Amino acid sequence: MVDGKRALFQKLQQDILLWQGFKPAASCKAEKIGLGEIENSFPSGVFPKKAIHEFITVIPEDSAASEGFIAGLLSVLMENGSACVWVSTSRRLFPASLGLFNVAPERIIFVDVQTEKDVLWITEEALKCKGFAAVVAELNNVSLIESRRLQLAVESGGVTGFILRKDGNQTKSTVATARWKISPLPSQTQDGMPGLGFPRWQVELLKVRNGNPGSFILEWAGEKFEEVKKSKEKVVWSDLKGRQIG
Amino acid sequence: MQRRFVSIWFRQLLADWLLIRRPGLKEVPFVFAAPDHGRMIITAVSHLAHQAGVEIGMKAADAKAVCPGLEVLDDKPGRQRKLLEGLGQWCIRYSPIVTIDEFSVDGLLLDISGCAHLWGGERGYLKEIVSRLKSKGYNVRLAIADTPGAAWAISHYGKITPLIPAGEHVDAILPLPPDALRLNQEILAKLRKLGFYQIKSFIGMPRSVLRRRFGEDFLLRLAQAIGAEAEVLLPLKVPVHFSERLPCLEPIRTRAAIEIAINKMLENLCKCMQSEGKGLRTGVLTGYRVDGKIVQIAIGTSSASHNVSHLFKLFQLKIDQIRPALGIELFILDAPKVDQLELPQKEMWTFRPGLDDQSVTQFLDRVAGKVGMEAIHRYLPATRYWPENAITLAQAVSDKPSSAWRINTPRPTELLPSPAPIEVMALIPDHPPKFFIYKGVRHLIAKADGPERIEREWWLDQGEHRDYYQVEDEQGGRYWLFRLGHYGEEKKYKWFIHGFFA
Repeated sequence: MVDGKRALFQKLQQDILLWQGFKPAASCKAEKIGLGEIENSFPSGVFPKKAIHEFITVIPEDSAASEGFIAGLLSVLMENGSACVWVSTSRRLFPASLGLFNVAPERIIFVDVQTEKDVLWITEEALKCKGFAAVVAELNNVSLIESRRLQLAVESGGVTGFILRKDGNQTKSTVATARWKISPLPSQTQDGMPGLGFPRWQVELLKVRNGNPGSFILEWAGEKFEEVKKSKEKVVWSDLKGRQIG
Repeated sequence: MQRRFVSIWFRQLLADWLLIRRPGLKEVPFVFAAPDHGRMIITAVSHLAHQAGVEIGMKAADAKAVCPGLEVLDDKPGRQRKLLEGLGQWCIRYSPIVTIDEFSVDGLLLDISGCAHLWGGERGYLKEIVSRLKSKGYNVRLAIADTPGAAWAISHYGKITPLIPAGEHVDAILPLPPDALRLNQEILAKLRKLGFYQIKSFIGMPRSVLRRRFGEDFLLRLAQAIGAEAEVLLPLKVPVHFSERLPCLEPIRTRAAIEIAINKMLENLCKCMQSEGKGLRTGVLTGYRVDGKIVQIAIGTSSASHNVSHLFKLFQLKIDQIRPALGIELFILDAPKVDQLELPQKEMWTFRPGLDDQSVTQFLDRVAGKVGMEAIHRYLPATRYWPENAITLAQAVSDKPSSAWRINTPRPTELLPSPAPIEVMALIPDHPPKFFIYKGVRHLIAKADGPERIEREWWLDQGEHRDYYQVEDEQGGRYWLFRLGHYGEEKKYKWFIHGFFA
């Protein structure tokens, strides 16, 4: 009886996913984006590439962390040599730093425009363009209608969309598939060496469509993301007494 | 092919132009004058004033004495040339090669080889031009001959017929005065002094004698007139190889109609370009309005393309800029810049996206059409250490980095456009600070790396070096700070924040 209900439940869930535009994972092994544990939060355990991902960035530290995180994702998305568009009205991203995240900065096309309207227009056009792997848009404000348009563009194109939202209004409804908040955490060096360690972030998945939100601690370990176990985290917080300076 | 040339001489160009604009002056003799050495010298004369005996080059005061009631108007330098340019553009309907007569700047020279039959022979052709210009109010003299020099001579000094049959131009200019050869006053005075009143009296003389007496320039003009020396006419408007015309039966005013027109012309143009393996780089759409004004929109592509739908999309973005007013009667679509189209062999199974992907270049063209090419940036590494100069702009989509991106030194994910000053507290010299205050927030530094000294590019600009520290505060925020200059000198050293690490 219980088993029958569970089977029915799963069937219904699959159906809902299908109706909402999520294709079931291909029969062959699904491609990993390199996020490890986090990928299980997404429907059928696959990072949705044909989707809009929203990043809440209010303070510059957060936006730098989000850009680093996105760059880490881009390194996988752009692996096949494809290009990326970065649209903004007030860009501060330093292209030369992207090499640290295994991204070729010369394959990123930056479009710096004056108005948010232009950012939206270009983002929409880029999302429809199959030659790109991803589109990153820095926006202050995005309304439900605008995000709906972007979602439609994503569905027709197949390009991953990242939106860096500068307004802090987290409750505002948009059609984004996932909403993230990346904030920096104190880094940890190996064996107590002085200086800074790998960049470490608190990755909060605030909202996932048909998935399970969660909070994770992640590190960019030179070439790939590496998850930091919570137990290790405790050591970091208690270790603040001795300043490590080198 | 037999080359034929037309010379159009506007006898009183400025006066005619003014009469068209101000018909009230028809009964008044008037002249144009420009200041020269403190006097007003007459530069153009109206028909009435000419009849009264006023000549170009007279002083305005003298002319007033000769012709009472003379109106003297200010002349603007370059006005005549501007007028001629406008008339020359208009004359392109008769021949693609139209040029301004550079000797006296009061006429036009047309290369009409192979054009006249379209107007039913040279007689009809001449008649057409004369009557069209006359109806507009211009007093002109025309001549057709085998060389531009002969045509010029006949139009200015000919007395018998303006139409010189092929091969007879030398005979036609023989009885003309030497002035008809486009010579300067010095040589003309010399000729007159020696009694040469007609070209035939010296044309048979040995060249060496003529050269010794009158110089090389004289021989050149003579040779140009008789056709021994070719004269190159520099066209006012260089004819575009790829060009489409679309005359409209009814003037066009609506967006839909303009779109149809563009599509129609693009289809033909792209077919032409395709057959020659070329692709459009810049395109100009010109619309001639009923009221005589011209409207123009231009597009550019980042790589050669003869894809109709793509080019049409680019034009579509600009249609808003066309003001049809009462209607557009003629569209001309030019492709002034075309490039060899590289058609790569299509790979059937491997989809290789990248910057040279066609959809990417088409996207870039659309963006450039919407917000302008200057909004699109792509960066390449520069072999310079100074952070602001570490990247250079790529010029074209095909540019490849000449060196690898440097990843051995940490660079912040976000770089401030210009370093912002911060307040710091540092305990030990040459160590990172203990805390810093940026925008009113105190950041207690927990970890730090550095310093990395970056010297200023002294051959370019002057100033202090920077000692960069990579610091992390207690909350985990990572920053790029630097100290400008050395510690402990009399000069105040300063601390700045220059970026944020991920």
